[in-house]
Amino acid sequence: MVTLQGETAVSADAVREAVRVSGLRRRRWRQTAVAYLYLAPALVFLTLFNFFPAAFAFYISLFRWGLIQEEFVGATNYVRLLTNEDFWNSIGISVWYVILAIPAEMAFGLGIAYLLFQPIRGRGAYRTAYFLPYITSTVAAGLVWRWLYKRDGGLLNEILAMMGLPSLLWLDEPDGVFQMVAHSLGTAVPAWLGGPSLAMVAVCVMSIWHYLGFYIVIYLAGLGNISKELYEAARIDGAGEWQIFRRVTLPLLSPTSFFLLITGSIGALQAFNQIYVMTGGGPLDTTRTVLMLIFKTFYQQTRVGYGSAMAFVLTALILVLTWVNFRFVGRRVNYD
Amino acid sequence: MVGAETASRQSASGVAARPGGSLRALFRVAVHGFLLTGATLTVFPFYWMLVTSLKSNTEVMASPPTFWPKALQWANYGSAWASAPFGRYFLNTVIVSVCQVVGVLVVASLAAYAFARMEFHGKNAVFTVFLATLMIPGEVTLIPNFVIVTKWLGWYDTYQAQVVPFLGSVFAIFLLRQFFMTIPKDLEDAAVMDGCGQLRFLWSIVVPLSRPALITVGLLNFLAAWNAFLWPLLVTRGAAMRPIQVGLSAFSTDGGTRYAELMAASTFVILPTAVIYLIAQRYFVEGITRTGLKG
Repeated sequence: MVTLQGETAVSADAVREAVRVSGLRRRRWRQTAVAYLYLAPALVFLTLFNFFPAAFAFYISLFRWGLIQEEFVGATNYVRLLTNEDFWNSIGISVWYVILAIPAEMAFGLGIAYLLFQPIRGRGAYRTAYFLPYITSTVAAGLVWRWLYKRDGGLLNEILAMMGLPSLLWLDEPDGVFQMVAHSLGTAVPAWLGGPSLAMVAVCVMSIWHYLGFYIVIYLAGLGNISKELYEAARIDGAGEWQIFRRVTLPLLSPTSFFLLITGSIGALQAFNQIYVMTGGGPLDTTRTVLMLIFKTFYQQTRVGYGSAMAFVLTALILVLTWVNFRFVGRRVNYD
Repeated sequence: MVGAETASRQSASGVAARPGGSLRALFRVAVHGFLLTGATLTVFPFYWMLVTSLKSNTEVMASPPTFWPKALQWANYGSAWASAPFGRYFLNTVIVSVCQVVGVLVVASLAAYAFARMEFHGKNAVFTVFLATLMIPGEVTLIPNFVIVTKWLGWYDTYQAQVVPFLGSVFAIFLLRQFFMTIPKDLEDAAVMDGCGQLRFLWSIVVPLSRPALITVGLLNFLAAWNAFLWPLLVTRGAAMRPIQVGLSAFSTDGGTRYAELMAASTFVILPTAVIYLIAQRYFVEGITRTGLKG
């Protein structure tokens, strides 16, 4: 009797447990259904405009594709790319853009953020000023800089004239800057050592001006994350300000610097608006970055398949660049 | 040299009286000098834009240049506004930006809520998939999206072509998710006890509590929509659908030599974002710090 009662009790428990578990499971499935309902809009938009296009880009690149899809050509577009001088020139120009803009943005960004981090008066006002270009449109700002750089009547040439110096062509100057320097010294350098054109350097200066605020803000956040106690400890040990900056601040900021290096390089390869407005890719194609070339190929020449192949190779290059950064720079980053 | 070094060391350790005080004052002056020079150079292009926009066309070309207009030519703004359909461009941009902000906030809130507050099968997998979209660079999806939007969907020269492709914003989802996760579970339990459904809980409890995050996401999206150029350049044709940035670029090629008007037009294109930035600066700065928006 007792055992029987006990048994029924146990089995009742088991039944109750089974009911509870299946109820939980059912609830979890219902919750899953609801969750996907909530995720559905985002999933649809991301699939249609991010995932699918990434694969579709490769498909397009295998076709001759003008206004409409034409014939399948396999790897022809890619083979043609490898021997296309314009394409490799554009890659060189994009690389120059990265080399000229990113280290300067990082150095100025860190320096200004470091000074803004000191307890000085007017920090807020300084930050507002430095950040202002970043929120303005690159199109409007590009037009302002085009006006500053203008060959006749532009402010920069007027200033050169006031100082008694010869005027420069600025955005119309296709000659490489190294070549120009050598020329002014009375010598010459071989063509491959000519360097980026003055027009390209001018575009980079405008870009540095525009993006600097972003670097300052990120570095300020990085500086804010460093514990005050570390500075105190270093000071008690008798370290000077420069030593503290070199041995404490800089290493502890390395994840921030690495983040900026990666995102900055990737962003620089996508620069378009200010180049379109200021030079349109000229003079003599010396500011025609890869994205500019892709735009011209696919939009102005309606060679959609070929343009897509270029975009794919550019993506591959970005991946390689990111990998190199991770491999050779990332190793020296101090994540503490 | 040695004396100065010990002095600065003593002042740094804060033990001795500070003979390095004047040195420190000098340092402070140098810091301000450097920051002020940099800030002046940074703001100068805006100053030059404003000054040029208020000069007469002859004064614009005067050599040497004047750094303040002899007479303020406010009429330049009127003639710039009238020489291209800027009213239409502004209207288009406002419509596109507002639709984009509202759409992104709705789509991202729903997704972020699911990630932050629901347990469901495949959560980690879907989250990883969302993360993966950040690895797809914009230039590779540009051409296929152009084909999809203009050829398949037939949206060439429409508003929806400028809005819909941007509605799935992973940045917005991640930022909101982080914020939603901080809302205490007790609040949800209490709401459920009162017979409140999930959607009502999201709308009437989570959304009001997350206002700072929603404002940040909304402002960053508004900024991106307002300044968008390449994509609308591709998918719009004439003035009817064209946004302000494309309109300004077209105006600069049509009336490229009239620099006073061009600078006036640049000014009124920049003005709305500049005003919003000055009012809501902390949201911008916080949002950019949080997301590390693309540089």
